[in-house]
Amino acid sequence: MSLTLLFLGKLEDVAGAPSLSLDVAQPLSLSEIAERLEPRLAVALSAANVRVALNGSLVGAGGWAAGNGDELAFLPPVSGG
Amino acid sequence: MISDVRLAHADFDAAHELQRFTLRQDAGGIVSFLGKVRAEGGDDAVLALELRHYAPLTLSGMEMLALRAQRHWTLTGLLIIHREGVMHPGDPIVLVACGARHRRDAFEACDFLMDHLKSESWFWKREKTAHGWHWVDPRDQDRKDLSRWAHVA
Repeated sequence: MSLTLLFLGKLEDVAGAPSLSLDVAQPLSLSEIAERLEPRLAVALSAANVRVALNGSLVGAGGWAAGNGDELAFLPPVSGG
Repeated sequence: MISDVRLAHADFDAAHELQRFTLRQDAGGIVSFLGKVRAEGGDDAVLALELRHYAPLTLSGMEMLALRAQRHWTLTGLLIIHREGVMHPGDPIVLVACGARHRRDAFEACDFLMDHLKSESWFWKREKTAHGWHWVDPRDQDRKDLSRWAHVA
């Protein structure tokens, strides 16, 4: 089991794939996860208008950690309908 | 009051859905909106449109939206069917219908639902033209439309 990162919308193009698996030794904060990614992707994920969902529930930028078996989704502004 | 909120994973028959919805309630009037993939000519013609969603949030968000509408307006029925996946010109994207004893409730609830589906629901849109696929940016107008509904709890 690893930590799954999901990239919605335009973030998929920045990441080059709709999802990415990270093997992490221990649960990580958002900034610790960003350090493990390409700088361009890390910057895109950290934008103020990108919402984050941990295992299907919206969370803030801090106050949580995600580890192996967790799913972290990055949700840019919506453009639907 | 009937409430029917669905995320459609394949093409749907809007006329049939609307007829079924109409028969299920004793409304004085029903207002509906059908959004379709635009068929346009030229280099920028959209050949296909894809709506991506995020399963844990998209349908539950639509259901919360339906509850807001039901609390604010007096409706006999509410229908939302929203596609996800790949669509082609002419295909239905979204069908919203509201039934009410009086037309004003139905018009306003339908308008409210569409404005929020466009700008707040968890969908990401990309279009395929002759130049390939590209993601569609959120429109400022869609955000502005939301401010019309600040009074709705």
